[in-house]
Amino acid sequence: MDKILVSPNPHIHSATTTKVLMRDVVIALLPAVIVSVVFYGWKELLVLAVSVLSCLAIEYLITRYCMKKASTIGDWSAAVTGVLLALNLPPTTPWWVVFLGALVAIGVAKMTFGGLGQNIFNPALVGRVFLLISFPTYMTHWEIPQGLFGVDAISGATPLGAIKEGLMQGASVPDLMASHGYTYSQMLFANIGGSAGEACAIAILVGFIYLVARKVIKPWITLSILGTVAAVSCIFWLANPAQFTDPLFNLLTGGLLLGSCFMATDYVTSPMSIKGGIIFGIGIGFITLMIRYFGSYPEGVSFAILIMNSTVPLLNNWFHQKKYGRA
Amino acid sequence: MTTTIIWTIAIISGLGLLLALTLYLVAQRFKVVEDPRIELVEKAMPGANCGGCGFAGCHAFADSAVKAPNLDNHYCPVGGNETMKKVAEILGYEIKEKAPMVAVVRCNGTCSVRPRTSEYDGTLSCKVKASLYAGDTGCSYGCLGCGDCVAACKFGAISMDPETGLPVVDEEKCTACGACAKACPKAIIELRKKGPRGMREYVSCVNKDKGPGVKKACANACIGCGICAKTCTHDAIVLENNVAYIDFEKCKLCRECEAMCPTGAIHGVNFPKPIDKDAIKARVKERQKKAREAAAAAAEAAKPVGEPVEPPVLRQAQEPEQFKKEESNG
Amino acid sequence: MAKRTFSIGGVHPADSKISRGCKLEYLPIPPTVYIALSQHIGAPAKPVVTVGDKVKVGQVLAEPGGFMSAYIHSSVSGTVKSIGPRKDLSGNNQMVVEIAVEGDEWMENIDRGDTLVTDIPDDPKAIIEKIKLGGVVGLGGATFPTHVKLSPPPGKVCEMLIINGCECEPYLTSDFRTLLEKGEQVVIGTAIIKKALGVAKATIAIEDNKLEAIEHIQKVVNEFKSKGPEYSGIEVLSLMKKYPEGGEKQLIDAVMHRQVKSGGLPIDVGAVVDNVCTALAVYEAVQKNKPLIDNSVTVTGECFPKQANLIVRVGTPLNYVIDYLGGVPEAAAKVISGGPMMGKSIANLEAATMKGTGGLLFLTREQTKRMPESNCIRCGKCAEACPMGLEPFLLNRLAKAGDTDALEANAVQDCIMCGCCLYSCPAGIPLLDIISQARGQVMGIMRARTAAAKAAAEAAKAAAEAAKPKSE
Repeated sequence: MDKILVSPNPHIHSATTTKVLMRDVVIALLPAVIVSVVFYGWKELLVLAVSVLSCLAIEYLITRYCMKKASTIGDWSAAVTGVLLALNLPPTTPWWVVFLGALVAIGVAKMTFGGLGQNIFNPALVGRVFLLISFPTYMTHWEIPQGLFGVDAISGATPLGAIKEGLMQGASVPDLMASHGYTYSQMLFANIGGSAGEACAIAILVGFIYLVARKVIKPWITLSILGTVAAVSCIFWLANPAQFTDPLFNLLTGGLLLGSCFMATDYVTSPMSIKGGIIFGIGIGFITLMIRYFGSYPEGVSFAILIMNSTVPLLNNWFHQKKYGRA
Repeated sequence: MTTTIIWTIAIISGLGLLLALTLYLVAQRFKVVEDPRIELVEKAMPGANCGGCGFAGCHAFADSAVKAPNLDNHYCPVGGNETMKKVAEILGYEIKEKAPMVAVVRCNGTCSVRPRTSEYDGTLSCKVKASLYAGDTGCSYGCLGCGDCVAACKFGAISMDPETGLPVVDEEKCTACGACAKACPKAIIELRKKGPRGMREYVSCVNKDKGPGVKKACANACIGCGICAKTCTHDAIVLENNVAYIDFEKCKLCRECEAMCPTGAIHGVNFPKPIDKDAIKARVKERQKKAREAAAAAAEAAKPVGEPVEPPVLRQAQEPEQFKKEESNG
Repeated sequence: MAKRTFSIGGVHPADSKISRGCKLEYLPIPPTVYIALSQHIGAPAKPVVTVGDKVKVGQVLAEPGGFMSAYIHSSVSGTVKSIGPRKDLSGNNQMVVEIAVEGDEWMENIDRGDTLVTDIPDDPKAIIEKIKLGGVVGLGGATFPTHVKLSPPPGKVCEMLIINGCECEPYLTSDFRTLLEKGEQVVIGTAIIKKALGVAKATIAIEDNKLEAIEHIQKVVNEFKSKGPEYSGIEVLSLMKKYPEGGEKQLIDAVMHRQVKSGGLPIDVGAVVDNVCTALAVYEAVQKNKPLIDNSVTVTGECFPKQANLIVRVGTPLNYVIDYLGGVPEAAAKVISGGPMMGKSIANLEAATMKGTGGLLFLTREQTKRMPESNCIRCGKCAEACPMGLEPFLLNRLAKAGDTDALEANAVQDCIMCGCCLYSCPAGIPLLDIISQARGQVMGIMRARTAAAKAAAEAAKAAAEAAKPKSE
């Protein structure tokens, strides 16, 4: 014993650190990553590698040479952004487009605000939306490459895109579903076109359950999003099944599961209180459906989350948790 | 086509007019009527909003100064006499000039003389550290070294010296606003008179413990021996709670106390020549010898009257008072 | 059935009660003791002995220095060497009475026998007076003078006495051992306090990681039911283990499902909470005339080779206790008085034990060194953990901005300093360090405001009084 250590209480700390939390998110994303690589092949692996490596490199360079601080890539948060960004892109995205997305995600959406914890919008989603608006051709190019192990993949538009297209031309939903041959089991088990992370609903749900079990995320934001989507689409669908898609279709297609499980639950850009979180989720679910039903884009999860991200400071200000001994 | 353009221009112009009108009405409705002198005074202020004057900022100071009957309770330590002259001119008041002050760090316990006895592992804040314990050295009165004073200074006048672990005041930049003195939980920073050409004497220690323990904790500490108080011929040094204090109003900068101090706790700064301790010591010893002889002679002379002459009373630590203080602290 | 616990927040640190098997053991009397004059909340006691006096064990050294104060007794026999300042465990000076030990001679009126005295005095006032004379203070950590707690202000009625046997702090086991080995005395103490308060119901609350203690106390309570009416209405309650269950406010919530209003006292919701060791001290003071001169101290830590639960005379130097068990281990980096969550870091091992000293915990650098602070990731884990339902991340931010109004509006004054926020913060932000400072500041402002309001009211009253004769 050299010099006695003295500090204010408490003298012990829980084992959960930022690094552990972020690593858990990466672990939870692994099933989705594996499925997408199996399903979309080596091209997807390239997208993933470029995305993660450029996120890490950009954060390292910015912290070391612009902010002149110790690098923060050790906290795994840049890796989370990298994986999420990759899962949000079509597997055919050229590497330089992926790099630009990473640059905007980390450089613009995260580090300009001061790094982890300071950003208002989810970095991966900002990156994705930037690419969606800047490079619409690449971002809606759903030519599916050959998967690993001879897995067959369908080519063409995503189900949401195909239905939207069909509806514009005056067809009805049941006809379109039948003509494209979409089934729910297909959506649940990895056999559908779209962004890498949209491939398999089960893989996403496994990751979600892992995160909830490890107490990394609180489930209410996800559940309120899914609940809202189910409820609102149910109303529309019952009112006019020819014009509006059914609840299950809405839950299983597009980026809804990936978005609600991994992006909307991002600590930094979601409300802290339970009430705030539920309202946040309802907002995301509602805006998503409005974009899907009435907007010009086939998918609206990214926009919905980004829009609701901007309300988080307000929700944090309005809703507080119940205090002991105070009404 | 033309109609469209006309309509557009008309609507936009109308909207502009409407908004301008609204802005005007709102501005009128919420107009604050203020004594115009407040603005004048505020313009004369340094504008640092440091709060050194005791008000929330320069505007609050100006507001209060305008309303006050005189400027006795208003002094801007940052702007000093210059600013106060301007303020007085605007308001038509008389002011008394104040001597310029400077923040003085009264701790001398550098890393080398004050051994660390523990390792602090909490927030780097003197306040937090002070409320936790006496500090990471044997001295429970000295500088804690976390730099609350540095953070409090709005003028960049204080910095921590990594070598000594103590704050250093930049006399040029210090405005004597007193923010550092307020921020220091150990109250070791004091505003003292800057002195002629910056020359000043001060005791660089506030340790109230008794001699032996103090010396063990810090080699540079004031051990409360009282030699300085006995030496001082200007009645400027008081010894209270085992620590000496030099009254800067009375000090004549003779540097005798500095020379006589056995631990080097008394510091003289900005003197043109380095101190010649031996010469001063010899001078003081000579004077004291003479004084003793004179006293003896006086006693001798007074004897026939039969009244014993009281020996000169030396200032000493007042035990009961110290006891009371300790108790209230505990 | 779902186990009962408090409703808001809380954390689950590892139990680490490695000294639970160590029997209570009497520490030999040290050659010198240093008995502090301020071992309780409130005014320091006033010494009634002078240097050179011979004192016996249990003799009064100091009398209460005010309403909120307590008697201090000599824990040894010997000669008063000095009365003066000495550095306490945080290195600050504190007034102590130094006594050089000579033999072990006790005051004659103290019953040192082992026989249980189950007959309880009839008069509540006499009981409270005896508790006061015994210098009993709350031994759960706050050291609140017990006689003050047992005299509720007029108009307040106690509905339930809660005896706190939670010992929710990791590592500490002295309450557990006391329950196991002195359960009978604790139950009699409970009955005495119950009588003093004139309350019908008492609950001995124990966390479910101490099943042996729960079983033992239940057995004793059942046995004692026949001994008199005072022993009925005592119930043993097993609570789910969660920190800080032993916090007064949390315990009331867990046991009675009531919450004390901000700034209020437990008696406002009809509760009085006392620690098991306090109940034991009450038993000894009332039935045996033995004042509070010793208390049980857990000495533990993974790096400490010789775990122990010691009964230590008040004023024993800490290094005497440690040396008795083999000295400070090489691996230890921090010594804590109390538990790892709320205990106080010791800077000076020459300091002496006090009435409230419950444990000496040795932690290694790996166990206790704080991790470097990183950005807040707004995960909300601090708010989830806070047992008072506060939002530490917000309070931290407000404190840094110095916004005392907003701090008060967000209830910083309700903080109980349990340490859950800092324990759970994944970014290692020193939330509690900052919040406790802000709490002190805000409480100061609130006190000043109350005082000012009181003064203003009094001034107005005085003015009205002065105006009266004129108008008449």
